[in-house]
Amino acid sequence: MSQDQTEQEWPLFEVFIRSKQGVSHVHAGSLHAADARMALENARDVYTRRNEGCSLWVVPSAAVTASSPEEKGAFFEPSESKIYRHPTFYDVPDDVECL
Amino acid sequence: MDAVIATALRFGDNAMVLGQRLGRWVSRSPTIELDVGFANQALDLIGQANLFYELAGRLEGKGRSADDLAFLRGADEYYNVQLVEQPNGDFAQTVMRQVLYAAYADIVFDFMAKGSNDDLAAIAAKGQKEMAYHFRHAGEWVIRLGDGTEESHARSQKALDFLWPWSHELFAYDAVDEKMVRQDVLPDAETIKKQWMESLGEVFERAGLIINEDGWQPGGGREGVHSEHLSYLLTEMQVLPRTYPGTQW
Repeated sequence: MSQDQTEQEWPLFEVFIRSKQGVSHVHAGSLHAADARMALENARDVYTRRNEGCSLWVVPSAAVTASSPEEKGAFFEPSESKIYRHPTFYDVPDDVECL
Repeated sequence: MDAVIATALRFGDNAMVLGQRLGRWVSRSPTIELDVGFANQALDLIGQANLFYELAGRLEGKGRSADDLAFLRGADEYYNVQLVEQPNGDFAQTVMRQVLYAAYADIVFDFMAKGSNDDLAAIAAKGQKEMAYHFRHAGEWVIRLGDGTEESHARSQKALDFLWPWSHELFAYDAVDEKMVRQDVLPDAETIKKQWMESLGEVFERAGLIINEDGWQPGGGREGVHSEHLSYLLTEMQVLPRTYPGTQW
């Protein structure tokens, strides 16, 4: 099967991996598969070979709604000037590690 | 030969030969995901072989390493079942061979992991999880192809017809196996075959494939009798250490 045929016939899936309990699933990449079950096995084979994860999500790429580059200004620039939204005005005690 | 050493070599050889066969798909698979998938499975199997060989070499006490056992034995000293040395053929044949062997190894290792020999149990406990995944992966493909297009169905049925006769050897126990059954290391042949048929029966039913029994039951792998395919496989696998003994890189 040529690459073109694969792309034509097999939809794209986005792969998310949770590296350990208690943290969020993080986007790892994407792959082609005929259905969700194959996508899960492919994700296991391609993205968790080096013990990267304890949980996998696969999501059809077509289900993702993305912000567009043209909207970048309206979407993201307004927050640039709001430095008070970062919790940087506090003194953190020395023995607090996980912050 | 001591029964535990013989058993370690047999399962080591099954894994080594099947791993070498699967490695052949690297760079030739239908998709890049399958390329990595087969490479993973090949490495699982070669890892199992390494552990079984280390155990056999240690128990034998003649100073033979896992590498010595892999690279310096001829086909008549390999004790794998003939099923695993059968050629890759097309993709349908490769996944069919994988599902037949993985279903068997999954069941045997599950028993061996709880068995009376601690060394074999430790290797089997690791191997069982790997073979359970191989069974799932190959099983999914057998179903997908068997229940797929006219061509994929025909190729899958052809692969099953071709490989089925070699499956009987999995259950053709000899004196070594019977001894291992008495020592609670291996499950008896009847029990494995029953479970194996249940696992595969479900796959074949969903795949729409049928077992055509023709009565031919080749065997002898446990005693070092093999089809011609194994010599070619070993020649290619062993050429470097045979040509340059003791070489390192």
